Amino acid sequence: MKKLVSYIPVYLLAALLSTPGFADELLMVRVDHPFPEAMNLLQESIRAHGYTVSRVQRVDVGLTSSGYTTAEYRLVFFGKPAEIKSLPEKHPELAAYLPLNIVIFAEGDDTIILTANPLSLEAFFKDPSLHGQFGRWEKDIRAILNQASANK
Amino acid sequence: MTLPRRLSTLIVLLTICQTTWAAAVTTNPPDGHRLFSDNCAACHGNDGQGGVGVPLVLPSFLSSVDNEYLRKTIRNGRAGRIMPAFKRFNDAEVDAIVAHIRSLSKAPHAKLSSERIVGDPQHGKRLFAQHCSACHGENGEGGHGTGVTMSRPRNLPILAPALNNPGFLASAEDSMIKHTLMQGREGTPMVSFVKKGLSEKDINDIVVYVRSFEDHAPPASATLLETETPVIVRESPYSVEQTVEKVKTAISGVNMRLIRVMPLDEGYVKEGAESKKGVIVYACDFGFLNKALNVDPRVGLFLPCRITILQTKGKVLVMSVNPKRLSAIFNNSELNRLCEEMTSIYTAIIEEATL
Repeated sequence: MKKLVSYIPVYLLAALLSTPGFADELLMVRVDHPFPEAMNLLQESIRAHGYTVSRVQRVDVGLTSSGYTTAEYRLVFFGKPAEIKSLPEKHPELAAYLPLNIVIFAEGDDTIILTANPLSLEAFFKDPSLHGQFGRWEKDIRAILNQASANK
Repeated sequence: MTLPRRLSTLIVLLTICQTTWAAAVTTNPPDGHRLFSDNCAACHGNDGQGGVGVPLVLPSFLSSVDNEYLRKTIRNGRAGRIMPAFKRFNDAEVDAIVAHIRSLSKAPHAKLSSERIVGDPQHGKRLFAQHCSACHGENGEGGHGTGVTMSRPRNLPILAPALNNPGFLASAEDSMIKHTLMQGREGTPMVSFVKKGLSEKDINDIVVYVRSFEDHAPPASATLLETETPVIVRESPYSVEQTVEKVKTAISGVNMRLIRVMPLDEGYVKEGAESKKGVIVYACDFGFLNKALNVDPRVGLFLPCRITILQTKGKVLVMSVNPKRLSAIFNNSELNRLCEEMTSIYTAIIEEATL
């Protein structure tokens, strides 16, 4: 106990110096490139951050084949093999959110990329062991979006 | 290291951090362009031309509002109407964003008074019903949709604001509402009411009626759905294979198109080595999806429908994300009904499959 108490200042310091605890519900960026280039930038960025893109769902193709008009609209599914394997075993209900996904759609000459902030899942999944996971995803996704939206 | 020594080290470190941070803040004023790019441009466009969010650089808009209106709008947002409340920014950051917005246009600032306007709210109510409600809604709830977006056809160049929204009422002075009624907003359907033949007294009466919305409870359009659970989940009495078939049958029962059935780990392990314990079934009602995307082009995040079947710890679980989370994530009350509908459909599929 005494040893634990002696480390309180260190914990306090770590907490004080860590990232602020707010969580935007939505992580969203505008890419100053047309859709095809933005899609390449997004996928490159996802891979550059150690994730695997497993699938791209062409929502626009489904819409147009059903007679609706839309600009390019896709869903990109991605994850890390080890997480896809281990997380559903430990936290079965998290499987509904796996693989992670990002929406990408054209808006004129620009492209919008967005996803829900994984950190907002903390409010629902109370297991403390998951909170580091959500934080890592948030940090990685912010970095992925930042890289994809950086002007090249 | 003893506790007092640790404490003194901590105090020294914190003092250094605080001093460095304070110095950084003092010497580096917030970069409005950067803040705008990071937090506003995704919706309002890099040049403020609009997108999911309304166009900010419309000269008739910028010349009818003062900086305080912009500041308060950033702080308060518009509950349930897409624009989030940016509570985390400090005053200097908000000022930097406002300055950046102003720099995007040469439109002059409006000089507005903070004095309350007096008038006859009952007469204002009659005039509102006659002249305003067609665009702004019977009770000032605003137009439908998310404003301008180039991703799909729109009927209006700009969304009629929700005048009964607590965020709007907290941001707009009476004089700003009056100015807008008097001048109109060129480039939008908002016309000058003076040109429509209303007197200044009539306009004052409308302003007082709009202000009276503050006396009511927050409207439904400013209310978002709350969820207790992020997942809709049921246990299946069948094997994974049988459950997948039952999910497929349930999907066809609600007239959705089956898109794809795939292992949860497809693409993450070598082809042929996928686990049979986790399967995802994708399905879609494209008519519903199109309707939802027209309300908010961002909802594709939770659409098409994704049902996951997972065998774990001796159980087979069938689950999907809970679409009720969408309305809060997107701060869009117009999604409430669609989210309820989606939740009912997903629940029906899952319950039918596990019956």
